[in-house]
Amino acid sequence: MVRALTDLGVDVVFGYPGGAVLNIYDELFKSTKLRHILTRHEQGAVHMADGYARASGKTGVCLVTSGPGATNTVTGIATAYMDSIPIVVFSGQVPTLMIGNDAFQEADIVGITRPCTKHNYLVKDTKDLARIIKEAFFLASTGRPGPVLVDIPKDVLASAEEYVLPKEAHVRGYHPTYEGHPKQVESAIRLLKEKERPVIYTGGGAILSGASSELAEFAGILGIPVTTTLMGMGAFPGTDPLYMGMLGMHGTYCANMAISHCDLILALGARFDDRVTGKIDEFAPHAKIVHVDIDPTSIQKNVPVHIPIVGDLKDVLKKMIKLTKGTKEAASFREKITPWREQVRKWARTHPLSYKHEPKGKIKPQYVVEQIYALTKGQAIITTEVGQNQMWAAQFYKYDSPRTFLSSGGLGTMGYGFPAAIGAQVAMPGKLVVDVAGDGSIQMNIQELATAVQYRLPVKVVILNNGALGMVRQWQELFYQGKYSQTCLPRIPDFVKLAEAYGAAGFRATRTEEVKGVLKKGFAVDGPAFIDILTDPNEMVYPMVPAGAPLTKMLLV
Amino acid sequence: MRHTISVLVENEFGVLSRVSGLFSGRGFNIESLSVAETLDPSVSRMTIVTSGNDQIIEQILKQLNKLISVIKVVDLTGVETVDRELVLVKVNAEPETKPEVLRLVDIFRAKIVDVAPRCYTIEMTGDEAKVNAFLQLLRPIGIREVVRTGLVSIARGGNVVAQADKMPHQGRG
Ligand SMILES: Cc1ncc(C[n+]2csc(CCOP(=O)(O)OP(=O)(O)O)c2C)c(N)n1
Repeated sequence: MVRALTDLGVDVVFGYPGGAVLNIYDELFKSTKLRHILTRHEQGAVHMADGYARASGKTGVCLVTSGPGATNTVTGIATAYMDSIPIVVFSGQVPTLMIGNDAFQEADIVGITRPCTKHNYLVKDTKDLARIIKEAFFLASTGRPGPVLVDIPKDVLASAEEYVLPKEAHVRGYHPTYEGHPKQVESAIRLLKEKERPVIYTGGGAILSGASSELAEFAGILGIPVTTTLMGMGAFPGTDPLYMGMLGMHGTYCANMAISHCDLILALGARFDDRVTGKIDEFAPHAKIVHVDIDPTSIQKNVPVHIPIVGDLKDVLKKMIKLTKGTKEAASFREKITPWREQVRKWARTHPLSYKHEPKGKIKPQYVVEQIYALTKGQAIITTEVGQNQMWAAQFYKYDSPRTFLSSGGLGTMGYGFPAAIGAQVAMPGKLVVDVAGDGSIQMNIQELATAVQYRLPVKVVILNNGALGMVRQWQELFYQGKYSQTCLPRIPDFVKLAEAYGAAGFRATRTEEVKGVLKKGFAVDGPAFIDILTDPNEMVYPMVPAGAPLTKMLLV
Repeated sequence: MRHTISVLVENEFGVLSRVSGLFSGRGFNIESLSVAETLDPSVSRMTIVTSGNDQIIEQILKQLNKLISVIKVVDLTGVETVDRELVLVKVNAEPETKPEVLRLVDIFRAKIVDVAPRCYTIEMTGDEAKVNAFLQLLRPIGIREVVRTGLVSIARGGNVVAQADKMPHQGRG
C-alpha cells in the first residue's frame, strides 16, 4: 500500500494510528519518501487533507484506524463532499472474518459514508488493493471531484500479494463529460448576443477546473460583470473592475441587484444553492439561464435552465473565447452593454460594503480583515471558520487568485479553518496562511495547535473574538427578538495563554489602535501564532437577505 | 407520472443500498424494485418503478447515472415494452369455493403449484393490471398471503438494453 501511494505521487499523508492500521504504520516507519503528519484528531486529519487539496489542486490523503478513528472522519468527509474536494481516506477495518460481528472497534464506515463520498470501497482481497487504490485516486480527482473512502480489513493489510499497480484505472460505469457540446456552446453565445444585461455567476467549479484565466479573458472580451459564490472567491480577480463581489444571503448590494435585474445568467461551475438564490420563485425573474457544469445532476436541479452545457468549464470557456475573441460582434456587444455596466457600477457606488470604523473605539471585525489584506498585500492563503468571521473574510479581503480562499461552503463546518490552514501550509510551505476564526469555531479543532507546533507549520490564527456564536446570535437578534439563547461565550479560554501552553506564540489586541501592530507581530513570528482580537460583539454581517426572502429584499447596514 | 427504469449495475455487494439510498436520501419514491444477475455474471439488472414529475424523473435518471457502480440507465417509459410480474397467492380452497378458484386459474392461465387441505398456492404472471384483476377476483374467496416480485420490463422488438458504457448525458436543450 505504501508503495502504491508512493508510485501514485503521494508525498504526504495526514493520519492517526490504531490497532487496525498497525501494519501500514509499520511500513510507513521504513518509508523515506512518504511523509506522515500525525494530527491530534481524525477530523483534523481529513480537514488537513482537504486544505492541502484546495491549496495545491492535488489529491489529499488521510489514514485512520477502524471504528472510532473512522467515524471521526465523517464530518471531514462530508465537508469535502459538499465542496467537491478530491481526497482519499484510508480506514482500517477489523479482519474480514470478524466483519458484521460487532467486533472491537468495528464500524460500518462504508455504510456510514455512502451518502457523503463520491464512491467508497471495502477491500476484500489483497489482490485488489493496488487496483482499488488506483481507482480511488482516479475517481477522487476526475470529473466532479470528491472524497473517496477505502476501507481495508486488517488481514488484507497483513497478507502479501504480488504488487501490480495498473497503469490506467478503468471504471466502466464512470465516464465524465469533459468536452462541452459545440452546438450548445454556439447556442449559448447566440443567446448571449441578443441580450442587454448579462451577468456571469461563477463558483467553485471554476477553481476546480482551473479555468480562472479563461474566465478573466472571456469576461474581458465581452465586458460582462462577474459575481462569485463563496466557493468561487478568487476564481475571478477581486480587484477587477468587472467584479461585483459575492452574491446571495450576504452578497453585495450590487451583485444581488445585478442578478435580479439581468436578462441573462451565465452560470459557470456554480449550482444555485439556496444561500445564493434566496426565494427561488423570485430569483432572477427576467433572466434566461445558460448553465455550464461538469455534473449533469447540478443542472435543472434548483432552477429551470434554458441552455445546459455539460462539460469541463475550462474547455467550454476556451470554446466561448474562440467564438468571440477579436470579432467585431464582440466589440459591438461590449459597447452595447455599456449602460448595463454603468448601472452595475452605480449600484456598487451607492451601496458599497461598509461598516462604522471607530479609530479609538471598539474593534470592528471588518477592519481587522481589511488590515490582514493590507498587511499581506492580498498574497496570503486565507482559510475561514464558519459564521460571521467567514462572511467578513469573504467580503473585506480581495482574492485575486484561485486557491487562496479556503472555506467550508456547502456543509458550513465550524472547526474547518484551522486544520485546513495547516494542510494548506504543508502544501505551500513558502506562503503565509491565515485562518480567520471565530472564538466558537476555533475551539472545535483547537487540539491541532499541537500538530502545527510539532511540525513547525507557521499558520496564523486571527480570532475575531466577539464572545459569542456570532452568526447564530445575529439571527436571534434579527428574527428571534434578541433572545440570545445559548450563544454567549464567556471569554474562555485565554487564547494567548493557551497558545503559549502549546508552545506557540500568542498576541492580543483590545483596542483599534493595536490591531495593526499585533497582526504585524503575529505574522512576523517564525512559528504558529494565535492572534486574539477582542471585537465589537454587536457587529453584524450586512447586507443580509433573510432566509426565504428574494435577493432584492436586503437588510442593509 | 409513472416510470419504469432499467438499470445495469455492477454485481457487487452494497450496490442495492447505493441505489436505494439515493432514492431515500433525496426523497424519491420506489414503487417496486427487482434485481437479478444478467447473462454477464458481473452485471445485475435492476428494474425500478418510480413516479414523479418530469423534473424529478430527470434528477432520478441523472443521479442514477452518477453512481459509479451504475453502468447503464434506460427509462423504458414511452418505449413499447413487455411488462411482467410474478405473483404467488395462497387462497382458501373450501369445497364450495374450489370450482371458482379453478375457473379463475384457468381464465388467467395461472398454475396451482401447491395443494394443502383447504388451501391452494397459485402462481400467476402478467402485467400489473392483470395481476391486480386476478387478486381482485380472488379476494372474496379469501386470500391468505400474497407475494409479488415487482415489475420486470423488456423492450419489444430487437432493441436491447445491453451493457454498453454509460452515455454522456447532455440534459435537456
Ligand atoms: C459544527 C457546527 N456546529 C454548529 C454550527 C452552527 N453555527 C453556524 S455559525 C455558528 C456560530 C459560530 O461562532 P463563532 O465561531 O464564534 O463565529 P462568529 O459567527 O462569532 O464569527 C454556529 C454555532 C455549524 N455551522 N457547525
